[in-house]
Amino acid sequence: MVVKLGVPSKGRLMDKTFEWFSERGVTLSRAGAEREYSGVVDGIEGVELVMLSASEIPRELAAGRIHMGVTGSDLVRDKLASWENKVYELAPMGFGHADLIIAVPKCWTDVDTLDDLDAAAAAFRARHGFRLRIATKYHHLIREYFKAHGVADYQLVDSQGATEGTVKNLTAEAIADITSTGETLRANHLKILNCDPVHRSQATLFKSRMAHWTDEDRATLAELCRMMGLDD
Amino acid sequence: MSRPEITKAAVKAEAARLKALFEAQGALPVEMDILLPAEVLLDLYGEDIRARAYVTDDPEHGEMMLRPDFTVPMVQQHMSDGAEPARYTYAGEVFRKQEDMPSRASEYFQVGYEVFDGSDPAAADAEVFANFAEALAEHDLRAATGDIGILKAAVAGLNTTETRRAALLRHIWRPRRFRALMTRFSAAGTGLRQQNLDRVRANLKEGEAPFIGLRTQTEIDMRIKALEEDASAPPIPASEIELLEDILSLKETLPHVLSQLRDIAVDLPAISDAVNLLSRRTEALGKRGVDVENLVFEASYGRTSMEYYDGFVFGFYAEARPDLPPVATGGRYDALTAVLGQGRSIPAVGGVIRPNVLLSLKGGA
Repeated sequence: MVVKLGVPSKGRLMDKTFEWFSERGVTLSRAGAEREYSGVVDGIEGVELVMLSASEIPRELAAGRIHMGVTGSDLVRDKLASWENKVYELAPMGFGHADLIIAVPKCWTDVDTLDDLDAAAAAFRARHGFRLRIATKYHHLIREYFKAHGVADYQLVDSQGATEGTVKNLTAEAIADITSTGETLRANHLKILNCDPVHRSQATLFKSRMAHWTDEDRATLAELCRMMGLDD
Repeated sequence: MSRPEITKAAVKAEAARLKALFEAQGALPVEMDILLPAEVLLDLYGEDIRARAYVTDDPEHGEMMLRPDFTVPMVQQHMSDGAEPARYTYAGEVFRKQEDMPSRASEYFQVGYEVFDGSDPAAADAEVFANFAEALAEHDLRAATGDIGILKAAVAGLNTTETRRAALLRHIWRPRRFRALMTRFSAAGTGLRQQNLDRVRANLKEGEAPFIGLRTQTEIDMRIKALEEDASAPPIPASEIELLEDILSLKETLPHVLSQLRDIAVDLPAISDAVNLLSRRTEALGKRGVDVENLVFEASYGRTSMEYYDGFVFGFYAEARPDLPPVATGGRYDALTAVLGQGRSIPAVGGVIRPNVLLSLKGGA
């Protein structure tokens, strides 16, 4: 058998992933033409490279169709129910850092904390007749976070992109999104709530607990981990 | 111990048996849709229900939900064409995602018994509990009871501002936030309340940010005014916080709880009506043959489950099988009928039994 390693198929995340592996003696590269989504692994036997969209890697890990995969820790936590039972974090990779945060209009001088947000949501619902809308694509993580902190009277509205613009466009009152520098938030007149981020995300190498691992695969994994100085 | 597989046919037969029991007690059998408009349920239960229910799209009717419980369609059906007093029973599937407990079924049967009768709430509460106790009598189950109405009365009787009482009432169902609010409104929170106000005043000085979004300046101003009031209002007296703590930690047999609540009511007279109701309910339960001397009452019971139980709450549990969900749960939900009735409220109390759980007890016994 062969150990399938899923990596992001394009962009900075792919480049950084290739770099990370090459620093540890394993060379990943695209096969053939620039646009072909298949790859080559040098430096270790028995590993096959699978090029995937980063957002599909959690699902593929959970389905056991790949043995290992590189994706954001935020995506794994948001997309997979009971993620700890399905995947194992082999290594945080030290790039792709971003915080999942909650942001509100800067003009809300009365709101800086989760307490404030909760109080504002209660009054908002009473006045407008619907729950305060928070635009996000991280439904699971945000819902769990609000539940743990006892925030009520809100609703999540789905936003798969340009989330920072939803407040100005009146489709949401606040947002929950990934940010690294906060630049886009400021440009859209939003401020980050004064609390711990919902999640501090970074690119992470995961092992699938759901994939079929033959003895041979396990030996390959052990060898790979030894080369990279990781616990398998 | 090997447990035989429980077939859907067996569950259906058990559900029919329980439903027939309730019919024999005078309940009218009713049927309800499985596919429900999602909007009402989402507005009522919020994101919690979205996480737990299956939502799907209909090109014509928008978001639809697979029936997560019978309460909402039951109340709607009664409000549109029911006459009072009314007693109903139903049996059917409900659908719940089990993200936290994937081993539990996401499609299962419930058999319900609901009473819409405002003439004697204590008697109606006792009737529902006693009928459930009787239907489940052959199993060795632990019964739990509580009363959210006592908590609400205690909070409503606190000697403090209306805003603070409303904030506490709103979070009765979220114990962690409730506790944080209690601290903030107490003497220990005086510094924190001043800090909150100072922080907002500092924001105001920072200068204008362009106005965006639907939330208006009036709403922001009102909240700042509320923070000012909260900073200057005296803290909730330590003695009252202590009384509230005493109530929240009550967990004893009904007669003991009643006598303790009567003591507390001397210092917190606002709970007197609720305690009298508990007393009348206890009497009514006794009349129906329930062993109230040994029935446990837990003041915090039901606080973390459904937000719309606002009076008597109860549950039946198989102590020997902690892996199973409760066999039956129920309670009074007047507040829910008020929300659905847009001002028109109907006193309502009821509950559901899970026939598959009963069958696993029989199989595992």
